[in-house]
Amino acid sequence: MIGNLPFVACVVLIILGLYTLIFKRNLIKIVIGLNLVQCGVNLFLITLGYKSDSVAPIYTMAGKEEMVLPTPQALTLTSIVIGLATTALILSFAILIYKHYKTADASKIRRLRG
Amino acid sequence: MIGTLETGHGLWSALYWLLSLAVLFLIAYFIYSSGGKTVKASGDKGKPFLSGNEMSKEETHVKSSNIYWGFTEALKSYYTPLKGEHTGDVNDYVSWFVVVLAVVLILAGGL
Amino acid sequence: MINEHLPALIIGIPLLAAFATPLISKINDKLRNIFVIGVLGATLCLVVSLAFNVFDNGIFVYVMGAKSTGLSLPSGYRMPIRIILEVDGMSIFMAIISSVVAFFGAIYSWAFMHKETGKDKYYTLLLILTAGMFGMEFTGDMFNFFVFLEITSIAACSLVGFKIRRGESSEAAFKTMVLYTLGALFVLFAVGILYGQYDALNIATLASRIQYTAMDKVALGLLVAGLAMKAGAVPMHMWVPDAYAEAPAPITMILVANSQASLYGIFRVCFTLYGLTISTHTVGWIIIILGILSMFIGVTMALIQKKIKRLMAYHAISQTGYMLLGVGVGLAVLSDANALNSYGLKAMEGGIFHIINHAMYKGLLFLTAGAVIYTTGKRNLNELGGLAHKMKFTTIFFIIGAAAIAGLPPFNGFASKLIIYESVYKFNPMLSIIAMLVSILTLASFVKVFQSAFLGPEIIKIKKEPKTMIFAMLCLSVIIIAFGLFPDIVVDKIVAPAANALVNSMQYIAAILGGA
Repeated sequence: MIGNLPFVACVVLIILGLYTLIFKRNLIKIVIGLNLVQCGVNLFLITLGYKSDSVAPIYTMAGKEEMVLPTPQALTLTSIVIGLATTALILSFAILIYKHYKTADASKIRRLRG
Repeated sequence: MIGTLETGHGLWSALYWLLSLAVLFLIAYFIYSSGGKTVKASGDKGKPFLSGNEMSKEETHVKSSNIYWGFTEALKSYYTPLKGEHTGDVNDYVSWFVVVLAVVLILAGGL
Repeated sequence: MINEHLPALIIGIPLLAAFATPLISKINDKLRNIFVIGVLGATLCLVVSLAFNVFDNGIFVYVMGAKSTGLSLPSGYRMPIRIILEVDGMSIFMAIISSVVAFFGAIYSWAFMHKETGKDKYYTLLLILTAGMFGMEFTGDMFNFFVFLEITSIAACSLVGFKIRRGESSEAAFKTMVLYTLGALFVLFAVGILYGQYDALNIATLASRIQYTAMDKVALGLLVAGLAMKAGAVPMHMWVPDAYAEAPAPITMILVANSQASLYGIFRVCFTLYGLTISTHTVGWIIIILGILSMFIGVTMALIQKKIKRLMAYHAISQTGYMLLGVGVGLAVLSDANALNSYGLKAMEGGIFHIINHAMYKGLLFLTAGAVIYTTGKRNLNELGGLAHKMKFTTIFFIIGAAAIAGLPPFNGFASKLIIYESVYKFNPMLSIIAMLVSILTLASFVKVFQSAFLGPEIIKIKKEPKTMIFAMLCLSVIIIAFGLFPDIVVDKIVAPAANALVNSMQYIAAILGGA
């Protein structure tokens, strides 16, 4: 029943994130769009390691021998932490922009153009 | 000899170029020094002619926006859409990236 | 003993020093400056020693945490599962550029950032950026590449938005951060696709297992587009002028090296990871088209700019087009042995030689722009004039840099551009003609900057530039003149091994998998 559904969900998340990045004007919504793309890519990484009828890759008190692949889980952990750092940095710059420009509308924050 | 670059279809040597430049400079200096002295400009003779207007030295400096006016004016039909595309808007930056990503995926992937 | 651990030391020493810098700042400011410059100088020496090692002994493989790659776990599980640093000719070439640029950036920052606050964070971020760049260039593992890519993007964007007193800096940092993160996420997506197909993250293992399926084509497209955006290829280039203009001048120089490290990523992926399995003609032409667009649009936008650093940033985009053009021609003829030996390898050598030349003269130009901004406090070219009266050294260095970027003999820009013109002409004459036209327009825009900023009567009162800034600019000028007068030494010793390393992907794979 699962089939390819998680992969479709990843692509849907990424497309939703790109839609938010391209069409939404508020700075915070742009950051949320970026977060959506991060979630999509993290879900994709975890789904790669899935094997049917397997348990979590922990040896202690394991039910059976077949486990899902542990490497993508390590990659996803790294990616989540990196996503946390970048989101914190972008949000702090969004606060500074609001302090200087008095608006959070991306179409009005265009002093650097040309 | 050292300093000669093989470009695969020829040679380039910066040292020989400098040497030939020095020789040419010597020839030019020899021709220059065998001429007569120029007249020293004094009074109104040496100043640039500005249609009779008196201007201070600071005002005669051409500003950088005006230097290539002829070039940019002649290419206005190219520059106006180009400057219009560089909006400074984050959404446009991301949409350009997605467009190029789609084009590269279609071309390189045959999708 | 040090010789065995060189790549790890080169990445590790700036990283550790970065976290020691705030502690040392508490003691004394001058001590911290000397500490940072000392660390970067030591890293430069280590990179040079590693360069001698690689040029003499071939590819240097360093396994993190073990003595060799084939070590098996106690359970009998054998695979190169460790993270491996693999240094070949191209990696060490990029590392030489990064270390030189970072060293002179730190020397220049002594006087340039003297009056700013928060300098300890500045030096910390500078060291993290340098360590990240080395990591990107040395690693032999795709996910490790992604991690270092993100490290450099966080450090670079924080430094772009360093002057929080100006609103424009935060705006530039926000835009740069959005694009960097998006590009890196697509790179991670591609790495995930490759892992899911071949169960390996190591570049050499992937290269030996890869067959060009449909998903691989998707991964290639994602990697090329994401990394090309980080390198500043048109039409994804719009963050480059914002970021380069708002960063402090020495940081812009290091950001140029950072963009070139992403360019190295594209070459590593296209030549080594995929190699001859792709239809090199198609991918080569994509890179050539990106290069031509970058060259032309970069320089025509640069002609109409009013701010001095924004103008130079557009030139950085345009020169990146030269590198893409040169190596793209090499990629397009990779499968054709005749053409490769005749002009393909030379085109690649031209493009790669242009990378180091560009880092040197673009760095010099940004440093002179920084000197102008430091002494006058103005960024707009319309308000400047007659700076050559008081700032004689900066004027001379600007002339050297402008002549180098325009490709005038006897400087180094001419040597690399000559190789690119001649080799690309054999591939397709039209491309070479566009390249020469772009060179003329480059000269035109720098004549504009020179006339409006340096020549003419003195308009504003300025002070002299400090000695450390002059010293950094002097060293870069000496390197430019030396590379211009003796280009064959540079090409034979440094550039040709790099081009050969890219073309012979079999050597890269054999160094880890042992001739399999």
